[in-house]
Amino acid sequence: MIATPETVPISLDHYVPLLGAAEIEELRTLAGPLEGCVVDMVNSTAVGGGVAEILMRLLPLARELGLDARWHVMEGGPEFYEITKAFHNALHGSVGNFRPSDFEIFLDYNRRNRARMPLDGRFVVIHDPQPAAFIETRPLAKKQTWIWRCHIDLSRPDPPVWNFLKPFVSRYDGAIFSSPEFSRQLPIPQYLFYPSIDPLSDKNRELDADYIEDVLVRFGIDPRRTILTQVSRFDRLKDPLGVLRAYRIVKRYFDCQLVLAGGGASDDPEGSAVLAEVREAAGNDPDVFILELPPSDPLEVNALQRGSTVVIQKSLREGFGLTVAEALWKKKPVVASAVGGIPTQVIHKHTGLLAHSVEGTAYQIRFLLAHPDIAQRLGEQGHEHVRENFLITGNLKRYLTLFLHEDR
Amino acid sequence: MNATAQPFQFVTAAYLTRIENQRAMTIAELLASLGQASDAAIFYHTFQTLGQHHFLTEGFSNDFAQWVLASLNQPTLAERLANIDIRDYVSIAELRADLRHIVAEFCDSYPKQADQSAFEPFYFCQTLEVTRPLPWDAKTLAGFRAGLERLSHASFYYHFVASRLRLQLRTNDFSHWFEQSLGLPELATRADRIDIYINTIDTARRELIELVDREIIQ
Repeated sequence: MIATPETVPISLDHYVPLLGAAEIEELRTLAGPLEGCVVDMVNSTAVGGGVAEILMRLLPLARELGLDARWHVMEGGPEFYEITKAFHNALHGSVGNFRPSDFEIFLDYNRRNRARMPLDGRFVVIHDPQPAAFIETRPLAKKQTWIWRCHIDLSRPDPPVWNFLKPFVSRYDGAIFSSPEFSRQLPIPQYLFYPSIDPLSDKNRELDADYIEDVLVRFGIDPRRTILTQVSRFDRLKDPLGVLRAYRIVKRYFDCQLVLAGGGASDDPEGSAVLAEVREAAGNDPDVFILELPPSDPLEVNALQRGSTVVIQKSLREGFGLTVAEALWKKKPVVASAVGGIPTQVIHKHTGLLAHSVEGTAYQIRFLLAHPDIAQRLGEQGHEHVRENFLITGNLKRYLTLFLHEDR
Repeated sequence: MNATAQPFQFVTAAYLTRIENQRAMTIAELLASLGQASDAAIFYHTFQTLGQHHFLTEGFSNDFAQWVLASLNQPTLAERLANIDIRDYVSIAELRADLRHIVAEFCDSYPKQADQSAFEPFYFCQTLEVTRPLPWDAKTLAGFRAGLERLSHASFYYHFVASRLRLQLRTNDFSHWFEQSLGLPELATRADRIDIYINTIDTARRELIELVDREIIQ
């Protein structure tokens, strides 16, 4: 039995106060010729993970516009998910050690799942590598467009896995990447769809000032003093120790507190080790708050971001880094590393400040604390940048545009 | 005010970004790529980017200038590239020639810097445009004003900025209609003077509405 995942019922009208009626009317106009058009979306999980989170909210909006948008979820045993997890890491650049049987198991699950899914829509969108081999059984007689939506960074893949996947990917009619940097040289058209945030989700929606203050006070943070915050899982690539060093430089010039908030330590041995290192490095500094938050508590993360004076994202390597868009949406001045998808969001000196080192990060924070008017302007422009480019409604519009383009 | 026989048809435009298999890591490579890139790519990094970043009203002009400044720290070249005003162009060929001329001069004058590696590569992309007529048009200035207020950012950008290349004229769709269909050349000129580089789309629209209101009162 194929799982039919839950979606979140939010109407397009709810976005009108945030985006204006014209932007929503435009979506309805664009969707007009696609009325009744069947779109099949396939991914590997119904809950948890960024893709499921996007589809859960995107598909009801597409349906409201008249598209017959369907969501299919793969089913796999532990062996399949172990292999696809290893594939995922290898595509991100880790060196894998794969046996021929791993590739066979991958293909076997693809074929079994494909056989159970009636993918007869005008458009078929396959998300990420797990179901990528579905393309093998594409019915050639039917007028369909098959798109591969890659949510991961393929800039430095482990060759054995990419060489295995590339022939499948090359058979699609097009591929979508989140950043030009994440794409590969392919013989098919490649499109750019930025990842998006939902301004109505608990992680991003407006909050009462009282609630924000309550959250800060509950964690022992003084809402009246300067707050520097990085929200990221405890991972060396997010450089929490570098953030701590930058904070100490800033502290020589400005009274401030540092919040390092994130999850991922409880079920990840490396995360626990990083968390312990950060705690040790922080020592007894009463102005450093290391918060291990469960991902199920997006409202608290929202409140911490909204209560911050400056938001930091000092990653050493990054995917797209959507926590930056979350902070910008909240009109926060951001200081971030120029890695991965961050420079797309932080346009230096326009929507935030970029840095390349601990010292640079500290300098940019000091600059913003010394120039609150500039910090405010960067935050406001950052908000507009997110509104124009990184919201879920923009993601929906890109899909409509792609479908209209293919339907010409 | 009389109705015109040629109504203004409002259109909505949506833009799809296609990633090209082309990138530049140095200014010398940028120069070579500027010669090879498709017209749609030059359009994307100049015209289109202005629409995507319309809310930046100080110092943002095009992707080339921004990359040269942020990834290569070459403010002089960045300033020269930023000084390119897309309103001066009615063809991509002219725009491409001027961009290449500026970058080539830099490469000739500073060959060492031209080979300096950037922090981040420049990735060429191109625009695919999809348009749809909106379910309203305007036969009078009052009707035009009402339609203008209902336009999305992308539609306004399509009529006011991208239109120059389509019309092959140094004007925009709105001014063209004011002059050709309503016989209002002064309004056309004033509307075309609205500076999209120092305005957001919302403030440019407000300025245009004020001009139209004044014309209606007269």
